[in-house]
Amino acid sequence: MAKHALGSAIVVLLLVAAAYGAFFIAPTDVKQGLIYRILFLHVSSAWAGLTAFFICFVGNLMYVWRRAPQWDWLGTSAAEVGLAFTTVVLVTGPIWAHPVWGIWWTWDARLTSTFVLWLLYVSYLLLRTLVEEPDRRALFSALFGIFAFLDVPLVFGSIRWWRTQHPQPVVMGGPGTGLDPTMWKVLFFSWMAMLALMTLLLLARYKLEAMRGDLDIVRREAEAA
Amino acid sequence: MALLSNTAVLLGKELRTEFRSRELLTTTVVFILIVVVLFSFTFDPTSAESRRFAGSLLWLAFLFAASLMLQPCFLREQNNDTLSALRLSVSDPFTIFVAKLAANTLFLLLTELLMLPVFSILFNVPICPVFGRLVLVLFLGSLGVSIAGTALSAVSAQARMRELLLPLLLLPLLTPVLVASTQVTVGLLDAQPFMEWKGIEFLVVFDVVFFTALWLLGEYLLEE
Repeated sequence: MAKHALGSAIVVLLLVAAAYGAFFIAPTDVKQGLIYRILFLHVSSAWAGLTAFFICFVGNLMYVWRRAPQWDWLGTSAAEVGLAFTTVVLVTGPIWAHPVWGIWWTWDARLTSTFVLWLLYVSYLLLRTLVEEPDRRALFSALFGIFAFLDVPLVFGSIRWWRTQHPQPVVMGGPGTGLDPTMWKVLFFSWMAMLALMTLLLLARYKLEAMRGDLDIVRREAEAA
Repeated sequence: MALLSNTAVLLGKELRTEFRSRELLTTTVVFILIVVVLFSFTFDPTSAESRRFAGSLLWLAFLFAASLMLQPCFLREQNNDTLSALRLSVSDPFTIFVAKLAANTLFLLLTELLMLPVFSILFNVPICPVFGRLVLVLFLGSLGVSIAGTALSAVSAQARMRELLLPLLLLPLLTPVLVASTQVTVGLLDAQPFMEWKGIEFLVVFDVVFFTALWLLGEYLLEE
């Protein structure tokens, strides 16, 4: 409990520091003005989300290989946490895009593939709710998770080659070329803060899933007795 | 060698089962026809407009149809309690997948080939000059759809709400196939037809990646 409180306190401190950096340390963008500061939340959430999905993929692979329920718990926890971060990305994206690009949404490679990625992991979690038997649920969702993760680069590639007019969005392609060194530092720090938050959420979610798994075993034993 | 001969036997079984009733083929053809007719109401189907939209329309119809058509693939075995027998009949479960996905690719391709002339007449897009190249993209696209679809139908057959689950799992996964196949098809149906070879290469990559994944992971999908 104390450990958890300490962890939470550190994460809150890191997030506050990241927000301070985003609002007060990073210089204002010449072209975009203040609105660009959403970058520090948007991009760092995207990276944290992708990290979570990668952890989910590792959990899925390990489950298929080792069949230990712990890997299943890790997979599902990481998928949920990743989905939460990706939702932040999908919400902050249009908020940023509207004043800068003049439109809420464009079917550009990164936006579209993030959306498809989000859909894939929503399907992953839905699949888990629809298979009753725990071992089968774990195995099937792990296999679907692997397929989904393999699909992501293909989705990105296909959309980038055929659906995007510009390789980089016109005004600001995220942390592409031309990002100020201070901005880079703040962005990197924000990412670290987001990673810390992601880890905290992942641990909490994993603990919950482990309890659920234990409860499931007890319940099945009680039913068998 | 055993893989090939076993696959041939199982493929024969799949084809016999289907051609006895022809249920799957008939319903899929009618379904595609309905979708194509409904689509025609969503835009002004003049020749120029049709050329622009025909490729996407065709592939969307095929994809929706496939997500329904692939449904009974493992469900039929499940309902008839034949899955265990099937598994016992071959030493390598991958054989079952290869046979089923070959059958599914054949069924899909057959319905697509049946629909092409109808589609060409309804939307005034000539397909004869590009027929060979069109068949190539139809084959590669259908193969991709069947590989992913066969694997996932083994999953959805054992879940609740399976009729809804398969399209839900399959359609987002097939985004790359839809994008690439549509690009190639739109190019071929253009007033000055051209072949987007990059799309063909991309489809080959998709097929190889998912076929390999199925080869490595397929046996787990059929575990008791």
